[in-house]
Amino acid sequence: MQTDMQSARTLITGGTSGLGLALVRELTLRGARVAFVARTAERVAVVAREYGAHGIVGDIAKKEDIHLIAVQAAGVLGGLDVLVNNASDLGPTPLALLGDTECEDFERALLTNVLGPFRLTKALLGSLAASAREGRGSVVLNVSSDAAVNAYARWGAYGSSKAALAHMTRIWNEEMSMHGVKLLALDPGDMDTPMHALAVPDADHATLKQPGVAAIELADAIADLLPRSRAAVRRAS
Amino acid sequence: MIAADKPVQRSADAKLLYVDASGRISSVPRTSLVELLRSGDLVIANDAATLPASLRGIHLPTGAEVEVRLASRDSLASGDVLRFHAIVFGAGDHRTRTEDRALPPPLEPGQRIRVGPLTAIVEELLGHPRLVAIRFESLVADIWAGLARHGRPIQYAHMPQALQLWDVWTPIAAQPVAYEPPSAGFAVDWQLLAAFAAKGIVFATITHAAGISSTGDAALDRLLPFDEPYRIPAATEHALRRACREGRRVVAIGTTVVRALEHSAARFGAAVAGDDVADQRVGAQTQLRVVDVILSGTHEPGTSHYDLLHAFAGEAVLRRADRALDADGFRTHEFGDSVLIERASDRYSTEVRSCEAERIFATNARTGRGGRSPYTSRFLRAASDVVQESGHLSSAGRLVGCSC
Repeated sequence: MQTDMQSARTLITGGTSGLGLALVRELTLRGARVAFVARTAERVAVVAREYGAHGIVGDIAKKEDIHLIAVQAAGVLGGLDVLVNNASDLGPTPLALLGDTECEDFERALLTNVLGPFRLTKALLGSLAASAREGRGSVVLNVSSDAAVNAYARWGAYGSSKAALAHMTRIWNEEMSMHGVKLLALDPGDMDTPMHALAVPDADHATLKQPGVAAIELADAIADLLPRSRAAVRRAS
Repeated sequence: MIAADKPVQRSADAKLLYVDASGRISSVPRTSLVELLRSGDLVIANDAATLPASLRGIHLPTGAEVEVRLASRDSLASGDVLRFHAIVFGAGDHRTRTEDRALPPPLEPGQRIRVGPLTAIVEELLGHPRLVAIRFESLVADIWAGLARHGRPIQYAHMPQALQLWDVWTPIAAQPVAYEPPSAGFAVDWQLLAAFAAKGIVFATITHAAGISSTGDAALDRLLPFDEPYRIPAATEHALRRACREGRRVVAIGTTVVRALEHSAARFGAAVAGDDVADQRVGAQTQLRVVDVILSGTHEPGTSHYDLLHAFAGEAVLRRADRALDADGFRTHEFGDSVLIERASDRYSTEVRSCEAERIFATNARTGRGGRSPYTSRFLRAASDVVQESGHLSSAGRLVGCSC
């Protein structure tokens, strides 16, 4: 078993389904101390029990919830080394042409996919920078999509919001590099998740990546950005 | 002074009163702070985030409304949140001046207080009708969730509008362990840190559980500040040792940083990495061992924060500074203006400088004199939560090997 995330204090949003759930599983297996956020208390309790992670009930699309999430995550974990902004909103479902997209659906996509990650990262930036100063490493992984780069018809709200998230990530990484906080946006690929089923109901499951596989790739990427002491553990194991 | 009554951390017109080491006083925009610091200065801030420590509740034996203000606990450990010392008010809220707040119903050990989703039991009376030890009857995870959902930032009558956590978290706020914001840090944003780096000013942090600043009760206020746990990270100890060796200044952002660093230095000869509890008062009698300059809010005479400034400047200079604050329309309280005070040159004492003391200690340790290393004893008494972090704490051996 890889233990390259040994005791890395980690917060994952959208941790009760799809990629987020796979990340909770993968990172706890690698020895990280994981807290996760999701909206439904019952689901949060089930996942927390199953993986020994700390569950936080909250909605990153709600401004009022951001600091309630941040105070619990930084409080329970005693700080934060890794933040994964994974929770996402598709916009209109079924997917719609931009001309047919309700403004409210576009707004919700921006709230969940851009403003929420912005607010949560900002609220936890002090914790992340403190971790970097102490030599523990500090990584923010924002889950992106190829829809952030390519102009797919009917993916307007989602694609625009993910493009904004990706660009925000690049700028913030520039600004925080002097403080040792690394921010990156990664595209996990088309996965067999509840969200993908909403977007493409008739997709051939056999062609889709399993979220557990994507979680391994993302966990590797995070581990590579943490200090060598942790990576060394990984190579040795 | 005028009360700052809006929760704006960095107002564009914030002022800074600069008191230099020879007692000269000038008033400048706070945006020029970086110009008053020198290349090589080591600036240390308190990165504690602030807890939602004000809890509305019901005193179950009487059904009376109360406000419980969490005031201290034994350590910074994330799991150590079952037991707090707390100040309890009767009905009402922050809009009533604390001096005018009603007493709670008579509190007795064993009584329960319900605060939102949590229940706390009164464990112990602490010699005053408002001051008690309480214990939450919940799991640690539920306590954190309950505080997050139900608690509000502690606040006072000069600020009528209800504060949110984002109002009181400094830009660098990290672990939530403070009961009131370490508000001198409101001046520190990421732009300022970039300006520090550009000028060769080094930045480091400690984490200190800044406590309640006022209780409205003269007898209780005399007990302030309560004991405050703090942590000095290994990286900060390194930065302090380098600054010390190279004769560079240490600038504290806020009174809590002074209290923590000077506590550690008084105890161990130098400010060293690890967890401890600051239990001393800093004032005119204090011989500073670490800190050369303090950036602080403006404080009213008679408060413990004001007393602390006497470690940096004499009474006559501080009186002149007070007159200047009034004359120049400075604003007070946590969202107010700031002062930057350099330790008066006549308060400088080489004998107690921390690297001197450290050199003496190191020599003693090498030669076997001076008994057991205080550093070793420090780790022996560390809480289990600290032991996990031991890879980040300084080793006694490295300290002894110091050629400072």
